[in-house]
Amino acid sequence: MPAERGATVEFRDVTKRYVDQIAVDGLSLTVPAGKICILVGPSGSGKTTSLKMVNRLIEPTSGAILIDGHDVLKEEPTQLRRRIGYVIQQVGLFPHQTIDENVATVPRLLGWTKQRIDARVTELFSLVGLDPGRYARRYPAQLSGGERQRAGVARALAAEPPVMLMDEPFGAVDPIVRERLQSELLRIQRDQGTTVLFVTHDIDEAIRLGDRVAVMRGGKLVQYAPPGELLAHPADDFVAQFVGSDRGLKRLGLLTVGGADLDATVDRASVDRNAPVLAPSTTLRDALVRLLASESQIGVVVGGDRYLGVLTLATIGKMIRSDS
Amino acid sequence: MSLFVDTLRWFVDPAHYQGSDAIQTRIFEHVELSALAMLLAAAIALPIGLYLGHTGRLAFVAVNVANIGRALPSLALLAFALPLAFALGLGLGFWPTLIALVPLAIPPMLTNAYVGARAVDRDVIESARGMGMGEFEILRRIEIPLALPLVLAGMRTSAVNVVATATLGALVAGGGLGRYIVDGLGLQEYDRLFAGALLVALLAILVEVAFGTFERRATSPGLRTAAATF
Repeated sequence: MPAERGATVEFRDVTKRYVDQIAVDGLSLTVPAGKICILVGPSGSGKTTSLKMVNRLIEPTSGAILIDGHDVLKEEPTQLRRRIGYVIQQVGLFPHQTIDENVATVPRLLGWTKQRIDARVTELFSLVGLDPGRYARRYPAQLSGGERQRAGVARALAAEPPVMLMDEPFGAVDPIVRERLQSELLRIQRDQGTTVLFVTHDIDEAIRLGDRVAVMRGGKLVQYAPPGELLAHPADDFVAQFVGSDRGLKRLGLLTVGGADLDATVDRASVDRNAPVLAPSTTLRDALVRLLASESQIGVVVGGDRYLGVLTLATIGKMIRSDS
Repeated sequence: MSLFVDTLRWFVDPAHYQGSDAIQTRIFEHVELSALAMLLAAAIALPIGLYLGHTGRLAFVAVNVANIGRALPSLALLAFALPLAFALGLGLGFWPTLIALVPLAIPPMLTNAYVGARAVDRDVIESARGMGMGEFEILRRIEIPLALPLVLAGMRTSAVNVVATATLGALVAGGGLGRYIVDGLGLQEYDRLFAGALLVALLAILVEVAFGTFERRATSPGLRTAAATF
């Protein structure tokens, strides 16, 4: 039952003012239901403040935040929060409770029956890739950083929230574990259809995970676009600098060989035998590396058993420059 | 040597197990007085300490109460309590001692409850709040269980102090084990004095051990693991 569950999240001219500074300044953006929106920016850009205004851990000074059209400020905060998943970098698992007790937190607050809680907890363990037999009765201190993060995600998803907020959830785990957790988050999110708002300062993470990326600076939204567009058309110098001088290369990482303009008129037999054979699902970034490494200017694209054409360095260059 | 033998003889004398001055009666009086003082002090100190720790406000109250508590001599407290008890028509003995013991027991419990609740990881509390726990639920389900080892350690310190100090009740005509010490001194019956001191010391050690055991039992295994792992 994917994609049904998520809710639309809309910021309408939201401002958070403290005595001596403006943390968030007139933020307006809409996250479509079932999508992942990444809030990215340097520290002090207002991304975490924006996130915490959704579940009212921070109250906006002015403006409105709507979940499926309902103003969060009109709801009772504890009731609101039980319908919004929340994961932070340090996870915040309760150290005196076992993992299954931790995961059952929100269902217990909602007064679910014991059978329903037990069934859901077991389901969540397998969803996040933890063996319930092995982990249910353990305490947080007995888990590795990555396992704790999985438990944190399971706890956040326990009551099937339409929206999940994640504040740098993978900031404290090592790069290999982080990459695995990122892939699993994408899998889980597609499976559950939850709308996710995700804060990070890591632009690569933003590009990898985001359906849309909101770049913030000094409390203002600088650009809000799908990752490909962000890389192709940074709104200004700040965004260009933030996404990095290798943004062309990053963009190739989002595009696939199958999406490129292949030349099918070239006879396969005439192609250099050293030319690498590429699948349509290969990213252009990987294809570029293969071409450069093979001393060949050309790659043979084969989908299934069918020859689809050749990919040239010139084509890749054209894709970097292209607008779409 | 002879004092030791005399004391032993004092303990085996059946006469010391009869009447209003019987050992078991004195122990009961001592425990009754100490327990009531602890109960009253805990009822005052723990809610205040935990609440201050929860809100994080008024830290100076917790700190100053602890400092004053440490500075006040118990004998002075008793001297203050005496006229107060007279004024309230409570007479000598039990009540003035109780009034003196309660302020003695409060500081360690209040400070430890405050520090225990305050020391709970802010991220843990934020995630509890972020999941929709109310403030009372955060206190009950998160802060109190996590503060429990420190709270119980504070109670242990208080209880040992109270058991030791309840001896002074005998100075104002109270019962309890202090009776043997004060009377022993007055009558120059040193076997009685020494037996009383021994009983108070044993009782204090017993209280210490009992609270220590309870502390370990009541602490979540998750916290013990944390201590072992990091």
